Formats: sequence, C-alpha cells, structure tokens
Amino acid sequence: MVDIAFGPTPGQRPTLPDQHQSYLDMVRRKRMYGGILMVLFVAFMASGWILADHRNAGGFWNGLPQTIDFPAEVLTEAWAKRALIPGLLWDHTPALIETLNIAAVSTLLGALAAAALSLLATRGLARWPRLIPLFRRSMDALRAIPEIVIALVLIFILGGGPVPAVIAIALHTGGALGKQFSEVAENADLKPVEGLASVGANWSQRMWLGILPQVAPNWLSYTLMRFEINVRASAILGFVGEGGIGHDLKLAMQWGQGRYDDVVAIFLLLFAAIVAIDRLSDHYRNKLVKGT
Amino acid sequence: MTLSLSPSLTQTVTASFARKRRIALAVPLAILAYLLYAAISFDLAGLAQRARLDNAAILLSDFWSHKTHVTRDNRSGDLTIAIEGEAKGTYPPGMIPDWVTTTGTATLIDLGTGHTVTYDDAGARMVVPGYGTIDIRPVNGKPVLTAPEPIPDWISVSENKISVTTDAGRFNYSRSKVETFKYEAGWELWFFTLDSPFYGKGFGELASLAVGDRIDPARSNLGYMVSEFWTNKMWRHGDVMWAIFETILMAFLGTMTAALIALPLSFLAARNFMALGVFRGAVRRFFDFVRGVDGLIWTIILSRAFGPGPMTGAIAIAITDTGSFGKMFSEALENIDEKQVEGVGSTGANAVQRARFGVIPQIMPVLLAQVLYYLESNTRSATVIGAIVGGGIGLLLTQAIITQKDWEEVAYYMVLIVLMVMMMDSLSGWLRRKLIKGE
Repeated sequence: MVDIAFGPTPGQRPTLPDQHQSYLDMVRRKRMYGGILMVLFVAFMASGWILADHRNAGGFWNGLPQTIDFPAEVLTEAWAKRALIPGLLWDHTPALIETLNIAAVSTLLGALAAAALSLLATRGLARWPRLIPLFRRSMDALRAIPEIVIALVLIFILGGGPVPAVIAIALHTGGALGKQFSEVAENADLKPVEGLASVGANWSQRMWLGILPQVAPNWLSYTLMRFEINVRASAILGFVGEGGIGHDLKLAMQWGQGRYDDVVAIFLLLFAAIVAIDRLSDHYRNKLVKGT
Repeated sequence: MTLSLSPSLTQTVTASFARKRRIALAVPLAILAYLLYAAISFDLAGLAQRARLDNAAILLSDFWSHKTHVTRDNRSGDLTIAIEGEAKGTYPPGMIPDWVTTTGTATLIDLGTGHTVTYDDAGARMVVPGYGTIDIRPVNGKPVLTAPEPIPDWISVSENKISVTTDAGRFNYSRSKVETFKYEAGWELWFFTLDSPFYGKGFGELASLAVGDRIDPARSNLGYMVSEFWTNKMWRHGDVMWAIFETILMAFLGTMTAALIALPLSFLAARNFMALGVFRGAVRRFFDFVRGVDGLIWTIILSRAFGPGPMTGAIAIAITDTGSFGKMFSEALENIDEKQVEGVGSTGANAVQRARFGVIPQIMPVLLAQVLYYLESNTRSATVIGAIVGGGIGLLLTQAIITQKDWEEVAYYMVLIVLMVMMMDSLSGWLRRKLIKGE
C-alpha cells in the first residue's frame, strides 16, 4: 500500500529531480492550455465585436462621439423647461403605479404558482413522486419562454392593457422562482414532516405546517429579488407592448423634440423607483436571511 | 401525574398562538384584498369585451395548419392558386394541387369530406353534405344566392358579398372575385418553395435524387438542395438562423465585456483592497447608477447613437451588467480569506501578482457561476432588447406579430427561441459543472 503512494512503479521511490521536472512539466502544460483558451477567447471576442459592428447600421467609432449628443439634447431642453418637471413627475405617477402593480401582481401570482410547483417537484416532499419529472420539465419550459413572446401574442388576443403583461411575467416568474424554491425545499429538515405524518396530517397540512415555516425566509427573499427584476421587466414590456410607464416613455420618445421634458421626468421616476426598490429589497433580504 | 404550568407561561403561549393564528388569517386576506384592488385597477371586467376570441382561433389554427386560396377573378376569369394568398406561395402556371381539377373554364375544388366547390361560366356552386347545394349566380353584376331554406347562420349574405364558412373550408363570392380557402395541417413549403425542383418530393425520392443525375450541371444535387432550403423564400431559414446567431452574439459579447470591465473595477470597490473611502464610495455609486438606470433606458440612448443592430444591443447589455457584476464581484472580494494573499505576499509578490495568485483563484468559482448564469439569462433579454434596437430574432418576432397574419412564422420563431434558451441553459449548466466542480 505504501508503495503506491510514492509512484506508479512499485517498490521504487521517485527521485527528487524527477519530481521537480514533472511539476514543471505540469505547470507548463497548464499554462499552455490556459494560454490557448485565452487566445481563443480573445479571438472570439474580437471577431464577435467586429462582426456585430459590421452588422450594425451605424459604426462604433462614428457613434461614439454621438453617445452624449442625445442625452445632451434631452437635458438642455429639459433644463430650459425645468419648471414643468415637478408637474410632469406627478402626471406620470399613475403610470408608474401601474407598472409597479403589474410587477407586484405577477410576482405574487408567480410566487404562489412556484410554491405549489416546487413542492410537487422536490424529491421527498412531492405529492406524486412519479410526476416529479413532469413538474420539473414544465418549470423549465415556463422559464425558457421570454416574457415578450407571451405578452405580444396575448396583446393580439386580449387587446391592450396590463393583463397580457401580468400573465406573461407571472408565467416566467412561476418557472424561475419554482426552480429556486425547490432548491431551498430540498434542504429542508424532514423531521417535522415525519412528526406531522405520524399524527395523521395530510399532504397539504404537512407542507403548510412542516415545510413552509422552514423555507419561508428564503422563499420571501427570492420573491423580493424577483420583484426587483419584474419591475424592470414590466417597464420594458410596456415599451414594447402596452401599459405602464414604459408605454408613456415610448409615446414621449416617438414625439421626440418638444417633449424631452416628459422623457426626463419618466427617466427620473423610473430611476428613483428602481433604486428605491433595490435598496428596500436589499435591506429586507438581509434581515430575512441573516435574521439581523 | 399533574402538569403544573405557571400562569404567566400559559398566558404567553396562548397569546403567541392567538397572534400566529391572526397572522395566518391576515396575510391571505391582505393578498386577496390587494388582488381585488389590482383586478379593479386593471379593468378585468372590461377585458371580457376587449378579448378577441376569433383572433385566438386564427392564431391556433395558423400554428398548426395552413390555408390555400383558390381565387377566380370574375372579370378576367383568371384562376390563381396561392398558399396563404401570398405572392411567394403562388403556384406557377401549369402547376396545380391534386385537389383542384380544371376542364376548360370550369374549376372543380375538392375540399374533402364531400364538400366540393365548382366555378364555371354560370357562377359558382358549393355542395355541403347534409345541407344541399349553395348556388350563386351573378345577376346585373351582383351575386344572387339560391340555397335550401331556411338559410343557416354559417352563410352570410350581404348585397355585394356572400360568404360560407364550413369545417372543411371557407367560400366567398363578391362582385369582383370568388375565392375558396382550403385548410390543411402542417407548415407548407417549409422545406422547398413551389418554384424549386425539389418541391413535393418525399424523403426517399430526395435521397435518391441526391446521388442521381445533376439537375443543375454547375453543382451537385445535394448542394442545390441545401441552398434551396437555406434560401427558402417563404420561411427564410438562412436569415432566421443568422438572427438567432446575432441574438446569442449580443448576449455573449455583452456578458463577457461586462465581466471584463467589472473585474478590475470591483477591486476598487472592495473594502479590503481600496483603503480610500471616498474613492471606494465613488466606484460603488457608479455601479449603482449604471444598474439603476436600467437596460431599457441604456438601450434607448445607445440606439440613438449607434443606430439599430446587434452591436447596440451588446453595448446596452454590457453597460447594465457592469453594474450588477461590479456589485457582486466586490462583495465576493470582501469575503475572501486574507491568509492566502498574505502567503503570496510573503514570497515578495507585487500587488498584481498577489491579486492574480492570491485572490483570483478564490473568487473564480463565484465569478464563473455568476457570469454563466447571466449569459443564460441575457440570451432571453437579448431577444427583448433585439426587439427595441432592431436586431436578432426579437426583431423578426415583433415584425411577424405586427403584420398579424404570419402566425405560423410566429410559432416557428417561438419554438426556435425556446430551443435557443434551453440550449444556452444546458450549456451554461454543463460549463458550470465542468469548470467549478471539475467533474
């Protein structure tokens, strides 16, 4: 047994210079692989950027000086009309509330769906263990479909308004949160579940009383983070589809010059909302997970 | 045995139970109240009126079937047969599908299950089994209907137009033209368009053609087939694949560039590497600002400067994610074990060497996991951003949806997008396992 520890040839200890040599060889080999990977990566990035630049309508070097033109134009106009900004902020607040409502409702519905799906898809907790793969695949599928696809198709069927956006974001949230929820539930302690089972609790009672109290802090933390993501998603969906502050922004942008004060007001509202939600959710997530 | 509890403990326990019960009741009630408010503010009641279920029916039928228009111009008597009524899908002269027969000026269309339509000099007739013959003749230029009474509600009659809708197909007669729509399952012309020499051939035939005599002497039949498929005018497979590639390119370039920019900056934002509080705070505020402005706003500003295209999308992703990566990397840097850095430092390493050999190996797993996760999620975002900046599959998808008729193409793009995202998902999962756990 001892021989094996020293080298491939039984009964022979490796000579020191050899070991040194082989170590250097290994280092050299590692460096070579690393170098090759690095060169490949750099070549890929460079050719990718060149290709993307080539397929873009305006080139990178032509566009670079113009990056500040548009913000400068917008800001000068807005500065000239700065007295109007507070009023405009107030005008666009209902749209912001609609965007936040879309995000909140879809997060809520998505989280409820995710809670049910994740429990059904977790080994050891599932109601029907044979159906675990089915629930897992359906969560994968929900996660894979981008919100915009569902939203645009639903706008065609349901007409405009916030409902298509809510359904689209809720479906994606259900899939994304379901995966994270089930990872948390996998690590839950099963003893309370067994205890409850021994006194004759049914499946929903076991989950409600045995699992939920254990996973609630982590689940809430993930849900808050998802809410943050969904606020951004609902603003973007408004821009592409309909409803909320994104739609106002699109209208103001289409109008162009003359309504840049609107654009600035919307940017400010969106920025403030996102930063505030970011801070709040960061604070509460720390509180939930670390218990401080 | 008697159990004696001090009264204060009993009270505490009872009170705590009562509080928990109140919370267990209050939380669902609060959620319900909020959803009720949302339903009112979203005008859920009005949705029922706005919903267009006929649109849903069109969409669903287009997802798995196609329709062929057989149209006769009533003035010139010309007959055109076109798939989806598009010029790209029009049958060339001398070529007709086998369910249409023409003899002289008469045309017989077999819609299946006993439904037939005949166009001739006198007018047009449709036979519906179980009902009878619907006969339409022009009188003074206006269509006149003769059909068994009472006229059912699936036949709509107005002064200048008569339309019949059955399960087998639709039939319209107006002053200028008469047309019949036949519905068939599948996505027609998916492989080859009508003008291709390979149209309508089975797999066996194609396989034998591939090795047989050359149709076009300049190239092999297999090469001809591939190029006919790739340049298919109806489905544009080549362009679609390019668009998918562009979307992935946007996500890849954006994510990797963001990581490369954020890594050095995150050292400046970490407490244990940047002693100067003012400087550290400035870098952190920069990250917060970039993250807070949101991808949407960056995309709009950038597309003004760089014009539409994949590069604009890639830069927008790169800028937004620089903020997110910077925050996460600097948090990872603050949690490293200082001993390793000290050890490397004791051998006389300078700051760059300490970072390279003492720090990077420690944060590499976190870094890679985050970058790969973002790569996957950015593939999805790149679809949306592509719709705004005008590049990639997102643009094709929104264009197809805006025309409101090419739903089979929408279905095709949706399938491709889902496959693309799933592919990136499993690729990033595989790389994570390979690189981080070393399996």
